[in-house]
Amino acid sequence: MGEKVLLRGNEVIAEAAIRAGCQCYFAYPITPQAELLEHMAVNMPRLGRTFVQAESELGAINMVYGAASVGVRTMTSSSSPGISLKQEGISYLAGSSLPAVIVNVVRGGPGLGDIAPSQCDYFQATKGGGHGDYHMIVLGPSTVPEAGTLTMLAFDLADKYRTPVMILADGMLGQMMEPVDLPDPIDVASLPKKAWATTGAKGRDPNIILSFDLDPEVLKRMNLELQRRYREIEKNEVRYEEVETGDADIVIAAYGTTARIAKTVIRMARAEGIKLGLFRPITLWPFPYAPLKKLSERVSTVLTVEMSAGQMWEDVRLAVAERAETPFYGEMGGVVPTPRGILREVKKYAH
Amino acid sequence: MERSVIIAGFGGQGVILAGKILAQAAMNHGLEVTWLPSYGPEMRGGTANCTVVMANETVGSPIVDEPTSLIAMNLPSLDKFEQMVAKGGTIIVNSSLVNREVARNDLNVIKLPLNDLGAKVGNMRAINMIALGGYVKATGVVPLEVVKETMAQMLEKGGKGKFVPLNAKALDEGYNAAH
Repeated sequence: MGEKVLLRGNEVIAEAAIRAGCQCYFAYPITPQAELLEHMAVNMPRLGRTFVQAESELGAINMVYGAASVGVRTMTSSSSPGISLKQEGISYLAGSSLPAVIVNVVRGGPGLGDIAPSQCDYFQATKGGGHGDYHMIVLGPSTVPEAGTLTMLAFDLADKYRTPVMILADGMLGQMMEPVDLPDPIDVASLPKKAWATTGAKGRDPNIILSFDLDPEVLKRMNLELQRRYREIEKNEVRYEEVETGDADIVIAAYGTTARIAKTVIRMARAEGIKLGLFRPITLWPFPYAPLKKLSERVSTVLTVEMSAGQMWEDVRLAVAERAETPFYGEMGGVVPTPRGILREVKKYAH
Repeated sequence: MERSVIIAGFGGQGVILAGKILAQAAMNHGLEVTWLPSYGPEMRGGTANCTVVMANETVGSPIVDEPTSLIAMNLPSLDKFEQMVAKGGTIIVNSSLVNREVARNDLNVIKLPLNDLGAKVGNMRAINMIALGGYVKATGVVPLEVVKETMAQMLEKGGKGKFVPLNAKALDEGYNAAH
């Protein structure tokens, strides 16, 4: 740990990736994540690592597939429309059990949308935007410092479970600056060796990396192995934060930027005598169903707030079921909910 | 204690840089801080703004619907943000370009003829620092010396050290003109 520096979320994700030992980074520019690519363009070559501005998002994600196959830590980043283009590659990464980190600095959609902050890609990220029975681990940082720590974590989880991991940020988190104490760089040489990587078969049997088998029984076994790993991830890796839930009557369920706005709403609500708390999933997949279920047993209302039409809301309702009221407040198209706007919604459910 | 300011003006008036310098100065002064720009088309002409939140504890929302201060470098900025400013808050208004009075009577209004003062310090590109100097005087959120040191460090780091004396003079000019 060093001195605190004032950096943008995009820059912190890039710098954290470098410090996590990212050896190869491939991307195609898009707003609002351009500073991430720019930071990598300056610093990766300086460190003797690989930076390629690919010819397209498809090029970039398939370069990630190649780099992951030879066992190096690798990352790509983009924003919503660009991430849509990468979905085929992400499905192939998942099918081939390849570790990689994908950053989505989400902007308003659908289609070309706009460049303003949004959380409208939650379904795509958590429910599988590509084809096939797969999941990614999806991490939702809420602050600039957390964008750094979760990026470091993303590389570790990707390697541990041989899976793509997504950082699901948004334009506001990418663009804003906040003081950050950057994590120390890891010692890449200390990382566990990847015996499965295609590093040249001299003196051993060849390693084969494929997401393909025409024999349904074989493909079934590959799928069962993926599912076994997903159950293990669900068991080990659920992460969430609760804020002032101890005596709460109403709880906001929110992630990322929306969750940090909600923290201000808690202060405002409590000043008016409303017992408000926050439940913040940090892993969006695996979603923290069990802790939210437990919390919902002792509150009257779980108000989901998102910059979407209500995507995480579906997971919240799965967790809460009939144990509490589950209203929703969302903004779309790049509009960011303000503290007073959220407080107005909270008051509808305060008695 | 949380303080927030929206700094708004035309693209090219330096509002983004003024916000960055304030945020960095507040951080150097030991405060928690967030800096949120309007990004995208605003950066390329038209209006630009950024929001700086400074607090003794971790900042919650970086987006503010009730800022404690506003620096309005032009009329569209005053029109857009005047009604949002918290009661008892401060507006620094560029009276060189804003040809109306501030309508609210529950605010501390400081009129600075930024363009005239810019001509006085000898460079129109320094009006953002004049405004920042006025803001620092009016709110006391960060000492002027910390802002000056921070500005000097940031310009030197960016290879623009030769502009430090001009910008220091501009900060002083705004500080002394605000009362």
